[in-house]
Amino acid sequence: MDWQAFSLTLQLAAWTVLLLLPCAMLIARALAWGRVPMKSGIEALIMLPLVLPPTVLGFYLLVAFSPQSAIGGTIKSIFGSAPVFSFTGILIASLIVNLPFAVQPIQRAFEGIPRNVREAAFVSGLSPWQTMRHIELPLAWPGIVSAIALTFAHTLGEFGVILLIGGSIPGETRVLSIAIYDRVQAFDIAGAGVMSAALLGFSLLSIAIVHTLARRRGTGAHGFQ
Amino acid sequence: MVSSDDGCTALSIECRQDAPIPLDVSISTLAGELLALIGPSGSGKTTVLRSVAGLYKPRHGRISVGGESWLDTDKNIDMSPQQRRVGLVFQDYALFPHLSAVDNVALAMLDADKVTRQRRAEELLARVHLNGLAHRRPSQLSGGERQRVALARALARDPKVLLLDEPFSAVDRMTREPLKQELASLHRALDIPIVLVTHDIEEAQALADRICVLNNGNVMQSGAPDDLRLRPRTVGVARLMGQDNIAAAEVLDATHIRCGSHILEVGSVGDHKAGAKVTVLFPADCISISDVGAELASLTNYLHGRIVEIVATGDFKTLLMDFDGLALRLKVTAREAAQRNLAVDAKIAVALDPEGVHLMRAE
Repeated sequence: MDWQAFSLTLQLAAWTVLLLLPCAMLIARALAWGRVPMKSGIEALIMLPLVLPPTVLGFYLLVAFSPQSAIGGTIKSIFGSAPVFSFTGILIASLIVNLPFAVQPIQRAFEGIPRNVREAAFVSGLSPWQTMRHIELPLAWPGIVSAIALTFAHTLGEFGVILLIGGSIPGETRVLSIAIYDRVQAFDIAGAGVMSAALLGFSLLSIAIVHTLARRRGTGAHGFQ
Repeated sequence: MVSSDDGCTALSIECRQDAPIPLDVSISTLAGELLALIGPSGSGKTTVLRSVAGLYKPRHGRISVGGESWLDTDKNIDMSPQQRRVGLVFQDYALFPHLSAVDNVALAMLDADKVTRQRRAEELLARVHLNGLAHRRPSQLSGGERQRVALARALARDPKVLLLDEPFSAVDRMTREPLKQELASLHRALDIPIVLVTHDIEEAQALADRICVLNNGNVMQSGAPDDLRLRPRTVGVARLMGQDNIAAAEVLDATHIRCGSHILEVGSVGDHKAGAKVTVLFPADCISISDVGAELASLTNYLHGRIVEIVATGDFKTLLMDFDGLALRLKVTAREAAQRNLAVDAKIAVALDPEGVHLMRAE
């Protein structure tokens, strides 16, 4: 068992959820209720990682982030290194790949909140922030939990995009899925098996935890106070 | 508990725009007055209500409550719904589905401390007779109970105006009557203006001090319920007020009209000149069944004819009568119908009170 890869995978998944969730909520809310110009175009763009082969996405990111490119060069001149073959690089890739998994469930959840329920909150004197806190977030909670679950589980298993942009650097970019691939390449079937089982167990566990969370929040008798 | 600072809190609404929904409305009410906005769907009544709540901004408008300006597009005043202090009962109540009844009400008092808002929310629920159901979610309440929660929530902010958007449309007939009676007694207890949007004329007549008829965003007529019922300005208003006894007529002189083969005396022909074609309304108030026999048929305003049809509706029977081509309807109690032996094809005589006959411009 490659504990370093295991810990790196968890870190990647946690950071992805942490950074992506606030962005996804803003995007989802704007798409659900706001008057967004070119709404369907933006929605299609967010959906793109779902249909694009991960290796293709990884290839474009690799090209874009390489120190020779405009983007990569700019980043290198500011931060000292381009985000290829580094944890930052695979984190950025992971954020982009997971965008549809985070935005979609939250957008559907926001769309499910009737407009007049929010209006009732405004008329009841709740500011937009109070409405967000007391009305929108609790009602969208199952969608938010789904987004967390999908993003987390999906990041645990991400492979193609990470391999292309990050390679397999121990402690930096070698996550579990890549470690498994390396073991299989080295004919260490037993080692790959242990790690695969760990990944399977962990995926199941994370899904179970968030589902329980979603159910409890959805039916519990909590008040707003 | 709910009261305004002074006794003269009044609401005045002016909305004007051409698009997207045409509006040309100017209405005002007194404190403690219940104003019913009535009209067909698409007439703009809900838009007017939403404008008062601050959920819709008409292109040109002035809305003020008790001298405080909530909207004045000329002066760039546009208070947010949060600032306006309105109580709004939505058509489908728009309760917060994840909160209990008491929390739905308490959430409207976030500026008060926790203990106060909990206590006040319980008081308000008791006021709408929902004691014991405070901890149920909206999904565990009946339609009538939801409406009460919505009403309690609307009252929670000590509103300066109470707005009701078709509040009875989502409950069944059995529940509607007690709810209406409760609204009537609430209306007596509150000294703030109440605006009721409805398409049900009976509801408006039963509850309103003043009815405003809207059509295509215009005020067709506005006045006391009896004013609209007995003296509608147009045939459209008359029909909306549930009046069926409408016929074409011609003005003969200052006090007489010809209606079919009948020459009838009227209290006044108003501005209509002799020879003018008019539409005449015979409100039920001016029709009385007469015992005068056929020998007095020549008396003015006595009509002799026969009963064509009788429709029974509960304690009442509606008679459809024909007087030599002039069809009139009259609702009588079942008891009166039995006492007078009223039956289909039986002869009948009625007297028309000249003062009650109302003339409108011909359609």
